[in-house]
Amino acid sequence: MSYEHRKILIDPIVDNNPVILQVLGICSALAVTSKLSTTITMCIALTVVTACSNAAISVIRNHIPSSIRIIVQMTIISSLVIVTDQFIKAYAFTISKDLSVFVGLIITNCIVMGRAEAYAMKHPPLPSFLDGLGNGLGYSALLMVIGVIRELLGSGSLFGYQILLLERDGGWYVPNGLLLLPPSAFFLIGMIIWVVRSWKPAQVEEPEYRIYHAPRPEVAS
Amino acid sequence: MSAPEPDSAVPAAPVESASRTLLVTFVVCLVCSVVVAGAAVLLRPIQESNQKADLIRNVIAVSGLLKEGLTEAQALKRIDARMIELATGDEVKGIDPDTFNIVKAGKDPAISTELARREDVAGIRREPRYLPVYWIVGANGDLKKLILPVYGYGLWSTMYGFLALEEDLRTVQGLRFYQHAETPGLGGEIDNPKWRAQWTGKVLFDEKWKVQVEVTKVAVDSSTPDAQHQVDALAGATITSRGVENLLKFWLSDKGYGPYLARLRHERS
Repeated sequence: MSYEHRKILIDPIVDNNPVILQVLGICSALAVTSKLSTTITMCIALTVVTACSNAAISVIRNHIPSSIRIIVQMTIISSLVIVTDQFIKAYAFTISKDLSVFVGLIITNCIVMGRAEAYAMKHPPLPSFLDGLGNGLGYSALLMVIGVIRELLGSGSLFGYQILLLERDGGWYVPNGLLLLPPSAFFLIGMIIWVVRSWKPAQVEEPEYRIYHAPRPEVAS
Repeated sequence: MSAPEPDSAVPAAPVESASRTLLVTFVVCLVCSVVVAGAAVLLRPIQESNQKADLIRNVIAVSGLLKEGLTEAQALKRIDARMIELATGDEVKGIDPDTFNIVKAGKDPAISTELARREDVAGIRREPRYLPVYWIVGANGDLKKLILPVYGYGLWSTMYGFLALEEDLRTVQGLRFYQHAETPGLGGEIDNPKWRAQWTGKVLFDEKWKVQVEVTKVAVDSSTPDAQHQVDALAGATITSRGVENLLKFWLSDKGYGPYLARLRHERS
């Protein structure tokens, strides 16, 4: 693998993470991260879909009339999502019940569509595939971090194995119920974005507006 | 995003004619539909066997047999599934209870009847004509426990579950939902083992076999005689709790399993 290809693959994981930097794909990041088993299934599904749709769209990019390009991308992405969903229902049935509609909703995940439109339409298949894979892995990396925190502190377990013995089972740990609810993922993503941007200030965006501080009025004495 | 330059060697824009657009649309749709249909058809047998296994696993879970120390395979041998016609309480031959889909049956106009609003306590709109019931049998095939599929509307979703009755057909062995989309942490707590445990031992009928069950907002006072019919509602989930109460009332009434339960009582007395 050449240096450039490696860069396409690695770049979206930290430096150009689709969730942390571009703040895309938040919806599913909130919904599926309360348990690691569902998180990892969702991550694999999204990575496969992003990589394959990028490759497929890139192969036919020169034949897609621009007037219908978005709908062609959508068709390819949704077909891949349905196929992935069918596979999960066949080979990971219990997890598919927990994921319910969220695998289907990969169709609307901005990361997939964003990479197709921004990258695959302009680049050859191999780099497009790697770009999709990289962005999928970037999404996965963040989701796994959130999944570990939420399951460990919310249920005291990882992948369903009890790590912290809960108080109701005679242990010491009182689980934090907030972490089982979707808003907790929002707080965690916010904190991770903060940490990453403090570590890599290049990711900080220019503020669109600055607060205007009005001069203090003179107090008549 | 540096990496390979956008390839400029290829002709800049594809032919933007109407015929080209139609051709691309057609080919993309054809290929995609073949892929989707292929996956759906090839994987269907595996998915169906998953669903069936999952259903039976839920029946075993609610039966309490695993707590009695049986393995799943042993428990499976003690399940005797039968199809019944709800209106008459008769057993029906010719429909396989293992492949019967409760969710679909409740929506299929061919095998379900519409409920009048007044009758529709559980909020299910249509009621299937036939449903499977599961007998947990003893050594010589006699009824030890009866497991009934029940469902009804909560706050957001139809909650599908199983109700297991003891041999006396009035005491609850267990109530367990296997499919719902209630709010996690609030209505979703119908899956909480502690709340489920409350149901075990509750009595659903009074002496005259009138349905008697209540999910109360006030903590159940175990000193009152009504306590045997009462269960604490879930905190912060009034509508889900009421949904559970309503669906039990519906399915135990004459519209639901009433005729079948009456027949069983008659046969066994």
